[in-house]
Amino acid sequence: MITGDITLGHYLALSGFLFIIGLAGVLLRRSLLIIMMSLELLLNAANLALVAVGRFQGLPDTQVAVFFVITVAAAEVALGLAILVAIFRVKKTTAIDRMANLRF
Amino acid sequence: MEQIFFWSLAVGLLTAASAVVILRNPVSNAVCLVVGLVFQAALFVTLEANFLAAVQIIVYAGAVMVLFLFVIMLLDVKEEARRPMVWPKLVGVFVGVVVAVLGIPRLVASFPASQKKLIWGEGKTSGAAQDLGTLLFTSYAPLFLATGVLLLVATIGVVVLCRRDPSP
Repeated sequence: MITGDITLGHYLALSGFLFIIGLAGVLLRRSLLIIMMSLELLLNAANLALVAVGRFQGLPDTQVAVFFVITVAAAEVALGLAILVAIFRVKKTTAIDRMANLRF
Repeated sequence: MEQIFFWSLAVGLLTAASAVVILRNPVSNAVCLVVGLVFQAALFVTLEANFLAAVQIIVYAGAVMVLFLFVIMLLDVKEEARRPMVWPKLVGVFVGVVVAVLGIPRLVASFPASQKKLIWGEGKTSGAAQDLGTLLFTSYAPLFLATGVLLLVATIGVVVLCRRDPSP
């Protein structure tokens, strides 16, 4: 398997494992910062699958989709970190189990 | 050649991603994520998406991760205390690993197109900035404009959220 040719399946499987690792991070970690980093891993797994499918099926449009995903991810990180800073000023922590109530 | 690059980059990417989830110090997490994103950019190059690889390095590994590190330094986030693993969680992780290792190859193999071989130089798409830009400014021009509005709204939102004393 290691010496065989690289196929689209290899890239899709790699993307799947990356997604699983990111999902584990979102589910298992308690720090909001680490959860946001794991979200980046999830988005990157999707990006990898999109680029791989586009390369093997001859669809350049998927690269445009990845371009938009990267843009939206940048906006998401900026807003998420702003919310994190705003919460940290009140709660002095990034642990999500301390953020379970709706009003401060 | 393709095999060497794919396997080394894949192992590096998965190792860095696992380190992001496992390590406790937020600065190490962020640095590992940078390493992982660079590996992913290299994988984009093996898929002949050169412009996207550059964008990945500049936007993700550069701008986004600097933002992360900046916030970690600004908030002075402490190392997270290691909590004891309770057994339902251990069972959940074990079941998840088994399902992923057994399920993902089967799921991927069920796609007929997944047998296509990677041979460099035979791809029908070119990852050049010119081709991507042509698509972006013709078929996807409305989406491109919407992205500009999204970034503007995000910027305003960040400024509003981070104001220290909100006056009416």
